[in-house]
Amino acid sequence: MCLAIPGKLLDVEADANGVRMGRANFGGIVKQICLEYTPDALPGDYVLVHVGFALGKVDQEEAERTYRLLQEMDQLQELEIPGVEEPTLARGSSP
Amino acid sequence: MKYIDEYRDEALAQKIVGEIRRAVTRPWVLMEVCGGQTHTIVKYGIDRLLPSEVELVHGPGCPVCVTSLEMIDKAHAIARRPDVIFCSFGDMLRVPGSEDDLLVLKSRGADVRVVYSPIDCLKIARANPAKKVVFFAIGFETTAPGNAMAVWQAREQRITNFSVLVSHVLVPPAIASILQSPLNRVQGFLGPGHVCTVMGYQEYEPIADRFRVPIVITGFEPLDILEGTLLTVRQLEAGTWNVENQYPRVVRRAGNRVAQDLVNKVFEVCDRKWRGVGSIPKSGYKLRYEFRDHDAERIFEVKEIDTKEPSVCISGLVLKGVKKPHDCPAFGKQCTPEHPLGATMVSAEGACAAYYAYGRHLEKQPAQAA
Repeated sequence: MCLAIPGKLLDVEADANGVRMGRANFGGIVKQICLEYTPDALPGDYVLVHVGFALGKVDQEEAERTYRLLQEMDQLQELEIPGVEEPTLARGSSP
Repeated sequence: MKYIDEYRDEALAQKIVGEIRRAVTRPWVLMEVCGGQTHTIVKYGIDRLLPSEVELVHGPGCPVCVTSLEMIDKAHAIARRPDVIFCSFGDMLRVPGSEDDLLVLKSRGADVRVVYSPIDCLKIARANPAKKVVFFAIGFETTAPGNAMAVWQAREQRITNFSVLVSHVLVPPAIASILQSPLNRVQGFLGPGHVCTVMGYQEYEPIADRFRVPIVITGFEPLDILEGTLLTVRQLEAGTWNVENQYPRVVRRAGNRVAQDLVNKVFEVCDRKWRGVGSIPKSGYKLRYEFRDHDAERIFEVKEIDTKEPSVCISGLVLKGVKKPHDCPAFGKQCTPEHPLGATMVSAEGACAAYYAYGRHLEKQPAQAA
């Protein structure tokens, strides 16, 4: 229910009632979304969308920083000698 | 970056698991609050990647699961009326009430419609002026801005044939309730990333202090869950109880003020009964009096309904993190997603339904270690 997914904002326009709306692309699926809660979101921004409402912009710098930190952890780990064989991440969506 | 695939990288996941292994020295019990997080954990088998010292128990954050049977029966009583178009999120359709579910009512001729967004109900209301359009407004803080906007716009646009049956729930009082329980085992929390996108995380700080538990606001992708787990374990090992933000790409400390403002204009806090758990003070939202013309409970005057829950179901204990689905004798036998007996099997985000969907009911359970 609290599923919220990032989509790339394609355009912004007010509807007939003056509500800030726009279209966002979610990996190829384009949907109409309400942008009233993200007054500063502009085309090209990624927004986090839940039940048709953009709840916030995805902060690109923070996203990249988090990912970079995780990757740096990766490099530190290269120094580690593997101990026991570890179970692998299950592929939930594989056929 | 597309902000999805990068956070599913398997090699990186193994490295974070290695970090957790390095950090942990003794057993810890962590609860992930959201049903969406539970789903990711079971789908990717994250609980099985973790060192045996780290146990994940599943929290109450599945709004479909915790919507009270009374409220579901009220919804069904309204949906049965010939003058009503009853709109709902899709995952509410198969949730059993005392007698039926919404799909059964639909098959008997009730006008039940699935909507992607509450705002779609306004279009349905405009197109059907002779009908009363009712939306089943459930959800946590994440969903409250959308539902609030539907009510606000209905008033602005003078759409008089639209109302909402509100059954909103709030996360912080549920966390406090779990920690106050004498059965509690939870020592740290993976906090609800999308709830906090709306609300921020300031309201978790007094809880962390009062109960001395670390709370790490966490996202929903596998790497988010693993990093949230790592940060929580590091805090537990260090003896700290801070609120930390693993999910800064969408969560800010103050949350989304614009969304909070509209939620506060439309809703006010109330006591709320949770299915399987019972009543928790100040744990829900109801419509403010000014919006009474859009309040389905007032419009339809549904009487209090006598409800019955199957006695074998342990979903209340599962929702509080005290038991796991496998501990229930009915799990995967009498109780399946097709014929759910209780809260945690009714929605895909419930712990029992997630375990069932990924085949865990087929596994032989290891004998309990002596």
